[in-house]
Amino acid sequence: MSIIKADKLNYDYLEYGEDGEKPEITHAVRDVNLKIREGQFIAILGHNGSGKSTLAKHMNALLVPTGGTMWVDQMDTHEDDEVWDIRQRAGMVFQNPDNQIVSSVVEEDVGFGPENLGVPTDEIWKRVDDSLRKTGMIAYRHHSPNKLSGGQKQRVAIAGVMAMKPKCIIMDEPTAMLDPNGRHEVIQAVRDLNKSEGVTVILITHYMEEVIYADNVFVMDEGRLVMQGTPREIFSHVDELHELRLDVPHVTQLAHALRLKGLDIPEGILSIDEFVDAIMKIRDGGTEGRSCQSD
Amino acid sequence: MSIRLDHVTYTYSPGTAYEMHALKDVSLELPDGHFIGIIGHTGSGKSTLIQHLNGLMRPTSGHVYFNDEDIWGDKYDRRNLRFHVGLVFQYPEYQLFETDVITDVCFGPKNQGLSEEDRMKRAEEALRQVGVDESLFRKSPFELSGGQKRRVAIAGVLAMNPDVLVLDEPTAGLDPMGRDEILNTVADLQKQRGITVVLVSHSMEDVAEYVDQLIVMNHGEKAFDAPPREVFSHYKELEKMGLAAPQMTYIMHALKEKGLDVDVHATTIEEAEESILHALGRE
Repeated sequence: MSIIKADKLNYDYLEYGEDGEKPEITHAVRDVNLKIREGQFIAILGHNGSGKSTLAKHMNALLVPTGGTMWVDQMDTHEDDEVWDIRQRAGMVFQNPDNQIVSSVVEEDVGFGPENLGVPTDEIWKRVDDSLRKTGMIAYRHHSPNKLSGGQKQRVAIAGVMAMKPKCIIMDEPTAMLDPNGRHEVIQAVRDLNKSEGVTVILITHYMEEVIYADNVFVMDEGRLVMQGTPREIFSHVDELHELRLDVPHVTQLAHALRLKGLDIPEGILSIDEFVDAIMKIRDGGTEGRSCQSD
Repeated sequence: MSIRLDHVTYTYSPGTAYEMHALKDVSLELPDGHFIGIIGHTGSGKSTLIQHLNGLMRPTSGHVYFNDEDIWGDKYDRRNLRFHVGLVFQYPEYQLFETDVITDVCFGPKNQGLSEEDRMKRAEEALRQVGVDESLFRKSPFELSGGQKRRVAIAGVLAMNPDVLVLDEPTAGLDPMGRDEILNTVADLQKQRGITVVLVSHSMEDVAEYVDQLIVMNHGEKAFDAPPREVFSHYKELEKMGLAAPQMTYIMHALKEKGLDVDVHATTIEEAEESILHALGRE
């Protein structure tokens, strides 16, 4: 069953110039059809201004389509009465860890969401415990969030969303401001939640290395959904991705470059292990290793 | 126009329960005309360090020299120093404030006391160098895209004609192409203008590709200060510091372990490609 479904989704907004000129229409999202099944790990790629954040904001009714329909867990986001439920099913985590902290103690910050939902106190504490444990932040429950590293702050933000027991977490560049370690921590936490709790994850990112774990990748350009597939399928299109102002993981890029030089390496290599295996095959195959024609 | 830090220590809230050493006995030299990278985990002291470079922060102990002059010496003109050492903070586009792009870029030169004509010249040149099209000069900076705004903000510092340009994570939040464009622009500027560039970054791939000297900060101390190839050969130590090496380093080490005779110091895709082709006898 699909947790998120968009049907011919459009989002236009008007920009007013000075002196009452005619407003300009910007089509931020155009005719997007998509289905995300429960429990999937989805990544959305696209250059700055391609419409991915606008699309993501439709997934918990922060925005409603100006054309077409968006369903979140079978609820139409146009229905005002459903907004409360929709936001409980689909939680968001944003880019800047410092903008998402509401309390001076970690555990209270995590309890803020369920408290707003009117969850009984005992249950709130249970959820706080549980989500802090799942994001690996339980040791910091009595700490001040301000003293944490960026990666830890983001994990607290994710715990805060988890405490609302959502079916789906939407993350808009959650690692953009983090150091390598922080990035690793956050992605690891998210993958764990996806695997062990079956939470649907929608990850928007500019780091191609984070995408390789996804079940499915959506690529956006000019508000449209232009590519869709597994990471391997998507990253096999090195040149097309470059045209879309995107990139591939460096190991994929290296494999692609060597392939153009005539080495028999498959397209869409995603990990270092795969790459090393491919190179070893060539070495052990000796000279009879058939070279691939490049165009 | 070299900058030298001599045993610099910076302590927050000294003598209180909140005392914290943000910099511990840091000595380093940023030679003229080099492209220098600074990496380090969150809270390692990178931002504190760069704010010492133009006298925004004063060392608790130790000295900072610009052209061999102590910038905290008596009668030293620190206001003037800030025109020589330009600092571009993180997310600099939040600091744009004027009604149009060109006026915003003119703000620095205006403070330098340049005439209207001169500052327009400076602003136009700076905007052109960062690749902002003339058609945008009279637009409100708030109408521009994220990448364009960032360019305008960088131009605002460039227009002061600094000898040293310090950039704190200039590519955070930009798409891959935007990242390359900004860094290529900075690299070109460094070559054309012969200025010193200091780049603070969380991307090991970016520093591997662009810088010729790499400083690693760890808990307020300088852990490494060497060319990137050399620094990344200590990748296991870097990992303990919450950092990493570029993906290429890991690939080359993995291949070497399997007995392929590759250069483990290769850190960029081009270097790795060449070394692998060579090792396979496929040049």
